[in-house]
Amino acid sequence: MDEQVMSQREALNLALDQALAADERVLLLGEDIADPGASGPTKGLSTRYGADRVLDTPISEAAILGAAIGMAMDGFLPVAEIMIMDFIGIAADQLINNAAKLRFMTGGRVTAPITVRTQVYGGLGTGATHSQSLEAWFMHIPGLKVIVPATPRDAKGLLTSAIFDEDPCLVLETIRLQGQRGPVPLDPSFSIPLGQGEVKRPGTDVTLVTYGRGLVESLNAAAALEAEGVSAEVLDLRTLVPLDVPLLLECVSRTRRAVVVHDAIQFAGPGAEIAAMVQEELFDVLEAPVLRVGARFVPNPGSAALEAQVYPSVDRIVSAVRRTLGKPAAEVGGDV
Amino acid sequence: MENDRQGAAPSADVQRRLYELMVLMKAADDRLSKGIASGELQCVYWPPRGQEAIAAAVGVCLRTDDQLVTTYRGLHDLIGKGVPLVEIYGEMLGRQVGASRGKGGTMHIARPESGVAMSTGIVGAGPPVAVGLAMAAQRKGIDRVTVVSFGDGATNTGSFHEAANMAALWDLPVVLLCQNNLYGEMTPVEHTMKVETIAERAQAYGMPGVRVDGNDPLAMVAALEEAVDRARSGGGPTLLDCVTFRFRGHYFGDPMAYIPAEQMAAAQLADPVPSFRAALASTGICSEHELEELDQAAVAAVEEALATVLAAEPASADELSRDVYADPTNCPV
Ligand SMILES: Cc1ncc(C[n+]2csc(CCOP(=O)(O)OP(=O)(O)O)c2C)c(N)n1
Ligand SMILES: [Mg+2]
Repeated sequence: MDEQVMSQREALNLALDQALAADERVLLLGEDIADPGASGPTKGLSTRYGADRVLDTPISEAAILGAAIGMAMDGFLPVAEIMIMDFIGIAADQLINNAAKLRFMTGGRVTAPITVRTQVYGGLGTGATHSQSLEAWFMHIPGLKVIVPATPRDAKGLLTSAIFDEDPCLVLETIRLQGQRGPVPLDPSFSIPLGQGEVKRPGTDVTLVTYGRGLVESLNAAAALEAEGVSAEVLDLRTLVPLDVPLLLECVSRTRRAVVVHDAIQFAGPGAEIAAMVQEELFDVLEAPVLRVGARFVPNPGSAALEAQVYPSVDRIVSAVRRTLGKPAAEVGGDV
Repeated sequence: MENDRQGAAPSADVQRRLYELMVLMKAADDRLSKGIASGELQCVYWPPRGQEAIAAAVGVCLRTDDQLVTTYRGLHDLIGKGVPLVEIYGEMLGRQVGASRGKGGTMHIARPESGVAMSTGIVGAGPPVAVGLAMAAQRKGIDRVTVVSFGDGATNTGSFHEAANMAALWDLPVVLLCQNNLYGEMTPVEHTMKVETIAERAQAYGMPGVRVDGNDPLAMVAALEEAVDRARSGGGPTLLDCVTFRFRGHYFGDPMAYIPAEQMAAAQLADPVPSFRAALASTGICSEHELEELDQAAVAAVEEALATVLAAEPASADELSRDVYADPTNCPV
C-alpha cells in the first residue's frame, strides 16, 4: 500500500477528504471548520466540497450534535466537530441521552451513527476550562464508542472506521500530537477496525498500557528504562470502547506487570477500569499490583510551569515501573 | 432601537477619565503584544484592542460593588472595572502576584474587591451566572447591577437565550453587554445569524435592545447609563449591541486572512482611542499637553506593572494542593 509521511493533522484531513469523496452521505459540521477560517484538520475541505457539505455553524454545541443526530437518523453520516473537548459539556445531553441510547430504546429501529471529533488541549497554558481529557465520562455511557488515536496512521485509519461505523463514535484528537509525523497509507479503503489495540514497542518485563498522548511519554519512558536494563512493552489501546481486552490480557500475561498511563485524571480515570479488569482476570499471574500514572486530581492550572507538574512524565512512569519491579522509585527521582 | 446619544454629554472630568482608561487599556495591550511577539513574554492572549470605548464606559458607569462577568477577551474590561494591572499581567504570566496566584490563567480572572465576579472561557457561560448574581441582589434588596460582557458569537448559544429569557421574566438588574466585534473566531457575524442586529434579539424576550456605536465612548456612556438606571430602579434587563472591531484577530498571532483588507482599513479609521483623543482635543476638553501626559502616564503605569510582575515569584507548586476543595483533605488522592 502506498504510504506518505505526514502530520497527524494532515492524516485526519486526508481521512475526512476521502470520506467526503467516497460517500455523498458524509458531511461535516462545526464551528470555524470552513475556509478561510479553518486551520485544523478540516482546512481546505469546504473549498473542495462546498459549504453544502462542510457546514460552518453558529456557536451552538447542543444544536450541532442534535442536528447531526437528526441527519444520521435519516441516513446521513455526519461528522460533527466540538472544537475543544471541554465544550462538550454543553452538548453532552444530545450525546448521552439521544445518540448513545436511540438504538437500544427503539429496539434497533432508530440509530444515530454520528461521528463526533473533538480536540483535547492541555500543555498549552490555556487553563482549567480548555485542557480536559474527559474520555472516562463517555466510556461510562453504553452505546458510545470512544476512540483516541496517537499516531498519524492510526488517526486516519480509526477516523475512517468511525465515520462509516454503525454506532455513534467520539474521536479524541490530541492537539499536542497534531504536528507529529509518520507514514500514512494513502488508499481510501484503509481503515483500522475499532477495538484493536497495537503493541507499539515489544518488551518482556512490564507492559505500559496507554493511548493518546500517553503513548509518547510511554515510549520515552521505555527508552529510558532500556538504559537501566528494563524491557518495557508499550501497548496502545487506540480505542477505549470497544476495548481490546484479549490483547490487553495477552500482553500482561506475558510480562506479568502493568502500568497504565494516560493524560486523563488518574482518579476514576480510564486506568482505574483497565487496572481493575487486569487484576480480576490475571490476579494469579501478576507479580505486582497494576499501577496507574495519570494527571493529578486538580483543575488544570493556568501557569504553564504548574501545568507541567500535572501530567504524566517520563519520571513518573519510570518510577511506577520500578515500583512494580520492586526497586526503589527514588533512584529515578519520581513521585508516584 | 438606535441610540443617538440623547441627554447631556458627560462632564469634562468623566470624558477625561474615559480617555485615561482607554489609553491605559491600549497601552496594556500594546506592551503585552510587543512582549509576546518578541518572545519576551509567554502567555495565551485574546486581545481586545479596538474595543476600549465599551470597557471604559463600563468603568465610568458602574459602582465598585456592581458586578461584572466578562470573558477571555477581558483585558480592557478588567482594567475598566479597576483590577490592578499587576494582578492581570501577573495572572496571565503565571506569577504569585496574579489575581488567582497563577492558577486561573488568562481566561479565568476574578477580583471580588473590584466587582469582577468571574471571567469565562466557555462561550456563553457568563449570562446565566449574571442572572444568578442579579437574583441574589434582588433577593437581598440591594440596588446592585450586574453587567455581563460577551461577544456577538455568544448570542448564538443556548445559554445566552435561556439567560435572556429569565432575566426579562424576573425583571432582573442585569445589563447584557454584547461587544459585537463582527467576528466569532474566524467567522463573520452575518454567517451565523439571520437577524441583522443583535439588539433585535431582545424583542423575543420582552426587554429593550439597543444598538450602539461601540467605538464612541460618549454614546456608550449614554446607552449604559440608561440601561444601568433601568436595572437599578427595578425596570429589568437591557441588551446592548455595541458594534466595534478587534484589530488583532481572535487570538494573539492570528494571521487574520479571513478579514477583508477594506474592512480592516475602515475599522482602523474608526479606532476608538485616537478618534476620542482627537475629539477631546477639538472640543477643547483636553489640551494636547494634557493628552500627552495621559498617554505617557499610561505607558509608565504599564511598564511599572510589568516590571513588578517580572520580578515576582512564579506560581508556587503548593498551589496545586490548595483550593480544589475548601478542605484539602477532601481530595481523594
Ligand atoms: C462553548 C464554546 N464553544 C466554542 C468555543 C471556542 N471559541 C472561543 S472564542 C470563540 C468565538 C466567540 O466569539 P464572540 O462571542 O463573538 O466573542 P469574541 O471572541 O469575538 O470576543 C469560540 C468559538 C468556546 N470557548 N466555548
Ligand atoms: Mg465576536
